[in-house]
Amino acid sequence: MKPNGMRNFALVLLALLVAAPVFGVGVYPMHLMIMAMLWGYIYTSWALMGRLGMVSLGHGAFLGVGAYTTVLLWNAQGLPPLLGGVVAVLIAGTLALVIGYPCFRFKIVGHYFALVTLALSEVVRLVIVAMRDVTGGSLGVTPNPGLTGGASGSVWAMQFADRVVWFYMVLACWLFALFVWHRVDRSMNRLALQGISEDEDAAASIGIDVTRTKLRIAVLSAVMTSLGGVLYAQYQMYVNPETVSGIGVSLQIVFGVIAGGMFVMLGPTFGAVFLLALQETLRILVGNQFHGLDLLIYGGLLVFFIIYMPKGILGTALEAIGRRRTPTPSAGSSAPPPGG
Amino acid sequence: MEFFDVFLLEAVINGLLLGGLLALLALGLNLIFGVIDVVWISYAELMMVGMYAIFWMYTIQGAPLWVAFAFGIALVAVLGAVMHWFVIRPVLSAEPINQLLVTGGVLFFLQAAATVTFGVEFRNLGVRLPSVNVGDINLSMARLIAFAVALSAIAATYLFLNRTYMGTAIRAISQDRAIMPLMGVNAGRIYLLTSAMGGGLAGLAACLLVLQYDIHPAIGLSFGPITFLICVMGGLGNLVGGFIAAFVFAQFISVGGFVLKIEWGYVLAFTFFIVTMFIRPEGLFAKRR
Repeated sequence: MKPNGMRNFALVLLALLVAAPVFGVGVYPMHLMIMAMLWGYIYTSWALMGRLGMVSLGHGAFLGVGAYTTVLLWNAQGLPPLLGGVVAVLIAGTLALVIGYPCFRFKIVGHYFALVTLALSEVVRLVIVAMRDVTGGSLGVTPNPGLTGGASGSVWAMQFADRVVWFYMVLACWLFALFVWHRVDRSMNRLALQGISEDEDAAASIGIDVTRTKLRIAVLSAVMTSLGGVLYAQYQMYVNPETVSGIGVSLQIVFGVIAGGMFVMLGPTFGAVFLLALQETLRILVGNQFHGLDLLIYGGLLVFFIIYMPKGILGTALEAIGRRRTPTPSAGSSAPPPGG
Repeated sequence: MEFFDVFLLEAVINGLLLGGLLALLALGLNLIFGVIDVVWISYAELMMVGMYAIFWMYTIQGAPLWVAFAFGIALVAVLGAVMHWFVIRPVLSAEPINQLLVTGGVLFFLQAAATVTFGVEFRNLGVRLPSVNVGDINLSMARLIAFAVALSAIAATYLFLNRTYMGTAIRAISQDRAIMPLMGVNAGRIYLLTSAMGGGLAGLAACLLVLQYDIHPAIGLSFGPITFLICVMGGLGNLVGGFIAAFVFAQFISVGGFVLKIEWGYVLAFTFFIVTMFIRPEGLFAKRR
């Protein structure tokens, strides 16, 4: 391994990314980059707990709470999304606590955890649909325009005419998520959680507070995901219950991460880029006359990935590179796993 | 107030009838889980494929209804076996959560396949069965038939599992996956047979649902989550628990939907599920270990 070479390469890529808007990128590539980073952020937030044995199929719930709370508070109560976003994140955190505590306290793991969280994401979707007088039901809802008198952007309303603002905002969030990943990766919590995911009783017997450790990561992950929902709603200026909550988006998050690789830092982001690229390529190649063809290939690929590449594209690739370079055991043997 | 009670009674009876259908779906899923230890998230999508198969045979090919039904059941049974052979078999020794997710991929695949083939329009057979009036209560004939057929199928499955040699082998495998192959039971063949049976039950459910609901690619999503939550609540793999849980769930949906709004019935049912899991993590009717 040459960690320095890898790091320099990553820094150059990051510098290019930061500088991209300066060189004048078209509207469409700009949109794609924003979406890739936004979903990369959300996927990374999910993977924080997913890779430590807590596979949640309920992150659509937090995404939905984030998106809808902000938009509804703005439309109905006039509370600016900047504040509404804070409220939304707090609600999502509370929800994660309320659901997470009993889950972890009563040792609901594996299948059962996945299905309880799945029920949660369906509850959120159905509540949104059921409250159609307020939420607009399945038709979705659009935040009221907050730009008056030709203003180009409003921080309070979190609405910006210029995509460059969004680009840097989402970039910051994404980098923040990677930073959090790094911190979690280096923390005792990760070791504790790895122990827990191997054997919960054994971990408890050596003095790990199982419930609290799991809860900490789960709430962190949920809160970050809900912020993703807030940003998604404000950027797209439209949300509907199917795209931000329920079983569909929850599974999409999990699959994106698995396709990219959930055990390496950039894996989730890679998954987001991969899914987006796949979606857009298929859309351009087959157009809209074959409605559903993109999903067909997507579903087929997912099955393929889980069977033959459970570590994901990036995970498998890095492993292959690592294997070729292992004959020099001097570097990085005492350091903790770099995580990406 | 008198009037209100009649409608409430009607909701309760409709819940009971819905419970029979859900119990049938839960039985198939539970059977597969009990034997192979894999949750098919895409189980309701198999049923959706069956509904389209029946629609294709009856409306497009113009075959008699019973031929279309037989075709639907057979096709979904084969699909169940195919799914086991190509999707589940390679991940049998993988992490349980990967087994769960791989069937999620199949969910997208089947849903998209239906969209590509038949489009997103709502379809129906155009078969309308009369409704039956008992006093002031209106009951749909299709639901009554569905209830009766579902219960008969469940009874038949029960007898098959308890009275035949093959059924005994299936139950034996579900009790100990490691020992039975040593006793000369061909586990691979039992798995395949169970998957086909599970598929067949989904196909039967498709026959019953196609008389009551419109067909569209996302119909699996209206029944899938409910079905596996029922199985989990009854204790995964516990056939009797799943049977009872199906009726409990159906009452929540039907009566809750009647008193409030239809979606609130589902919200209540799901919330009840989450709370139940906290009280009895292994399911309401789990066997004590």
